[in-house]
Amino acid sequence: MRAVIALPFTWLIVFFLLPFALVLAISFGTNAPDAAPPVALTWSLDNFKLLFTDDLYVAAWLSSLRIAATSTIATLLLGYPMAYAIARARPERRSLPLMLVVLPFWTSFLIRVYAWMGLLAENGILNQFLRWTGLVPDPGTILGTEWAVHIGIVYAYLPFMVLPLYATLEKLDWSLLEAAADLGARPVAAFLTVTLPLSLPGVVAGCLLVFIPAVGEFVIPDLLGGTGTLMIGKVLWDEFFTNADWPLASAVAVCLLVLLVGPMALFQRQQARSLERHR
Amino acid sequence: MRLGFLACLLACLAGPAFAQGQVNVYNWSDYIAEDQLKVFTKDTGIKVNYTTYDSNEILDAKLKTGRSGYDVVVPTASPFFVRQLAANLYLTLDRAKLKNWGNLDPGIMAQLAKYDPGNAHAIPWMWGTVGIGYNVAEVRRRMPNAPVDSLAMIFDPAVVSRFVDCGVMVLDSPTDVLPAALKYLGLDPDSKSSEDLKKAAEVLKAVRPYIRKFHSSEYINALAGGDICLAFGFSGDILQARDRAAKAVEKREIAYAIPSQGAMLWIDVAAIPKDAPHPEAAYRFLDFMLDPKVAAASSTLTGYANGNAAATALLPKAIAENPWIYPPPDIRAKLYTVTAANAEQVRERTRLWTTIKTGR
Repeated sequence: MRAVIALPFTWLIVFFLLPFALVLAISFGTNAPDAAPPVALTWSLDNFKLLFTDDLYVAAWLSSLRIAATSTIATLLLGYPMAYAIARARPERRSLPLMLVVLPFWTSFLIRVYAWMGLLAENGILNQFLRWTGLVPDPGTILGTEWAVHIGIVYAYLPFMVLPLYATLEKLDWSLLEAAADLGARPVAAFLTVTLPLSLPGVVAGCLLVFIPAVGEFVIPDLLGGTGTLMIGKVLWDEFFTNADWPLASAVAVCLLVLLVGPMALFQRQQARSLERHR
Repeated sequence: MRLGFLACLLACLAGPAFAQGQVNVYNWSDYIAEDQLKVFTKDTGIKVNYTTYDSNEILDAKLKTGRSGYDVVVPTASPFFVRQLAANLYLTLDRAKLKNWGNLDPGIMAQLAKYDPGNAHAIPWMWGTVGIGYNVAEVRRRMPNAPVDSLAMIFDPAVVSRFVDCGVMVLDSPTDVLPAALKYLGLDPDSKSSEDLKKAAEVLKAVRPYIRKFHSSEYINALAGGDICLAFGFSGDILQARDRAAKAVEKREIAYAIPSQGAMLWIDVAAIPKDAPHPEAAYRFLDFMLDPKVAAASSTLTGYANGNAAATALLPKAIAENPWIYPPPDIRAKLYTVTAANAEQVRERTRLWTTIKTGR
């Protein structure tokens, strides 16, 4: 029994805690471009000071939060009806749409983001279609704007929203809705006062599963976003690769983690609570 | 049983590290004529483990982490190779083991010596320029007398603003673009002074609203596919765009111009990391790269000039006589190179670059 418990702990220590300790140690170091690895361990706070004095990092952080928040809301608005429809379907009809939700995972994430580039480019499939219909003779370019980043995030993370929502809705006791109807509630009122509050654990879980990785997202803003799209994941990449400033990059990573601990703790608590409820 | 498995695992892990019969080459994608690799293996019996990358930064991070396992790598001379050389990552070449050394182009070697004193650690592979790529018809339609061979095409707001509707892309690389902006201002492109760099940044901020994106490779497809009509990028990439556009269903004529003010000359070099597991095989491979036949075949594939003087005679005319690839002497005399910056200058430069890009 003890060995069974020790296994995940050993895993966490070897693959999370130790690497994180290394990153933490490097974040207190100084950039040494003429050394390999390019770090001098100096135990200084300069990197963290720079993060809070240079407004680039704060601006990138805020902009990441904003983009992650708006795309999470968009994912919820799109994912909720999907999950709801699947949950209300007859059980034998649920597996096909559920499989379709998971199907994109069979293709590499990177290739799917590249496919969006082909769709959204100036002479991409979408614009060609719009011109062909004649309705929009001069459609603007979506690729390279913040819109494209939002589309990319919503597309890539939609399954992470649909699945927990479906899991909650599927367990819902639909006879409660009949009771609400008997008591005179119209469908909208019944949804708002019965279904929505009962599905809240799924909403919270889905939102956090989308929000947390979206904040640190690098590939989507790099490929779909424009030059003006400022996100913390891109800043981190720039510090590590372009500037080869490992200590500053580590400091950005440490701050990113610390700032995400809040939402992660929320997710953890919510999961624990829903486990308790089902016991 | 379990011991047997472990022993096998260890043997498998240790096997490649001790065998001299192979060489681990890490090169840019599409950067060597791959059929020649088979010839190398046939001639020497050395197996080539050939892997590719598409950014200097990835190579840099791998080398600096240590124990990369590569025997031959091909970084760009400045700023990457210089920085790696300063970190003492490369083997000093023993020229006795490179019988083809004499084929190298003395002019390119002299430029390279600025980064690698005495040419002690690296051989030049491909070289090219940074210049202006454009869609001939779209540019002509918007501005019949466009100064296509001048940096004004990119850095003069009055000119570049004419092309905002058909799209402009610029390399996402402060080390390639800021020197050009300095050159446009008539300043020393190699200047590291804060004052000069701020002036260059002002030039870029003035044209920033007309630039759709800063990116270091997307412009190839964008130019070929008609998504943009003007790009500031690498010569070979723009030649690739030209070839793709010529093959496309909807044909487009793409042209390249080396700025008349002078253009940046970049050189990619081949070198052996100090911790290379198979140094002897690495020497054989470098010597193979110095073979004029191999260099010529690779230039034919990539559309870049090589640093091998003996290879020029073997090149097809379309390449050897193409002024975009092998510029005539008067233009070649105006090409410039830049030296590496120190850590503080690098941070200042990239910070300035972020300010320009995000328009803040």
